[in-house]
Amino acid sequence: MTYTLAELIIHTASKAWANDGEILASGITPLPRLGASLAKTTLNPRLIVSDGENWFADAPIPPGPRNGKDYVIEGWAPYDRTFNNLWSGKRHAMVAPVQMDRFGQANISVIGDHAKPKAALLGARGFPGNSISHANSFFFPVHNKRALMGGEVDYVCMAGYNPARQMNGRYPPGLDLRVIITNLCVMDFGGPDHAIRIVSLHPGVTFDEVQDNTGFDIVRPEGAIPETEGPSAAVLAEIARLDPNDVRSKMLKDNPPGRRD
Amino acid sequence: MGSCMGFRPVSDLSFDKRMTVDDIVGRIKDGMTIGMGGWATRRKPMALARAIARSDLKDLTLVAPYGGPEIGILAASGKLKKLVFAFASMDQIPIEPHFKNARQAGLSVLELDEGMAHWMLRCAAMKLPFLPTRVGIGTSIIEQPGFATVKSPFEDGEELVAVPPLKLDIALIHVHRSDEKGNVLVLSPDPFFDELLARAADEVYATAEKIVSTAELDMRANARFNLFERSVLTGVAEAPFGAHPTSAQPDYEIDMKHLKTYVASAETPEAWEAYRQQFVAVDADAYLAAVGGADAVLASPRPVY
Repeated sequence: MTYTLAELIIHTASKAWANDGEILASGITPLPRLGASLAKTTLNPRLIVSDGENWFADAPIPPGPRNGKDYVIEGWAPYDRTFNNLWSGKRHAMVAPVQMDRFGQANISVIGDHAKPKAALLGARGFPGNSISHANSFFFPVHNKRALMGGEVDYVCMAGYNPARQMNGRYPPGLDLRVIITNLCVMDFGGPDHAIRIVSLHPGVTFDEVQDNTGFDIVRPEGAIPETEGPSAAVLAEIARLDPNDVRSKMLKDNPPGRRD
Repeated sequence: MGSCMGFRPVSDLSFDKRMTVDDIVGRIKDGMTIGMGGWATRRKPMALARAIARSDLKDLTLVAPYGGPEIGILAASGKLKKLVFAFASMDQIPIEPHFKNARQAGLSVLELDEGMAHWMLRCAAMKLPFLPTRVGIGTSIIEQPGFATVKSPFEDGEELVAVPPLKLDIALIHVHRSDEKGNVLVLSPDPFFDELLARAADEVYATAEKIVSTAELDMRANARFNLFERSVLTGVAEAPFGAHPTSAQPDYEIDMKHLKTYVASAETPEAWEAYRQQFVAVDADAYLAAVGGADAVLASPRPVY
């Protein structure tokens, strides 16, 4: 089966929401969004998906131009409800931070000193509240030491499993970091004390390559590391249906194949 | 007598909150804390932002939790002493370019979580000294000055973040319709947190696309678009296209073409000066003409997300 790396990532991302029940699935940036779309149509029809703005859609809305197509809306999603919902915990977001450290702490605010940053980015947005309220997964289109960095992120926007930042002698009850999907591999927080652990390697990628491009030590379980499972023909057809504008082909540099070998 | 008197003398029988955009700016004083409503590229009080940029005002603290080009216009014009925000973005253009320049030059900020920001506005609106939350735990946000922790007085004894009230001297919002008494309608699909922003302020001023009679508000049909009871509002100025280049759906969409021109103005001081001369240092009619006229604004396509 021939597939692109973007399609491998969408397929893998979809599994993040498979067992979440009836919650809001928020995939931020197109590949996670298509992952949420695929999860809804193939794994978990109870998921709630939005149009990216003010409405909940009856079925996933393709990223990019709507080409005059009118989509059925099933609910209202003003920002006030966004917070009421997310504080309840009934959401699983997959987001694309600029930096993450070994604790899973993530940053989208600044590079450098907060008072006078080398690069001012977006700002913390809703990351602090998201991180302690509901499940979060992560996507990194370029797995390197700038993104998955040593030390601590320059500004902690999302709480992680950092014992030094605990209150009440424990992590916040809603802190629930799930999976990290990159252009090289899949990781989770299943190591000792929630350490980041390798789950699978994308076809043709070695553990050493992943470790060499990561600023912290990744936990490597005993035995062989599985290969990230590729999408079936049926899944590829469904991805194509969910993304008629082929936005997915423009998300990764040179749209590389899913299998390097 | 005096303030103890139950019945007080009638002082003013007139009841008309209409004023001009410049009248509103005249109510702002140096050093004030002003809040601006809307969200990123949606329903930002941009006519007011430009009018403040034209004024002699200085040392303002801008509370723009859900920030867009209002932050950039005021930062580039040197009006800001401090910014309180959770993000500064123009959606399809992820980072507000003048905000980026100002921030990298050391503009003082209080950075908040989006939800924490409206919780702090609610705290001010309720005239409380603090509200408890878990938001901020484990992050750098609560290391900034102004936050504290508080222990639950109940059996759980949980230690929580105590957020202070985000009190505003003046709130500025843009609405679709108002009558002369300040009954307003926000007709777009999302009212955002403009109600809380207004309730957190001592004085509230709105620009409205159109000022109409009370009957024309058709309030029974439009009740869900009514932002607050009119006693919240201090004054209202008619300002057609007052949110441009941000959107005021359903009346008009984001003007991406203009936003690209605006973004380019952040590249050099000369580019900003040229932008300022053409689009900021001008009255409303000249502004509308400079951005292509009403028909061009109304023709801006609906963006997709």
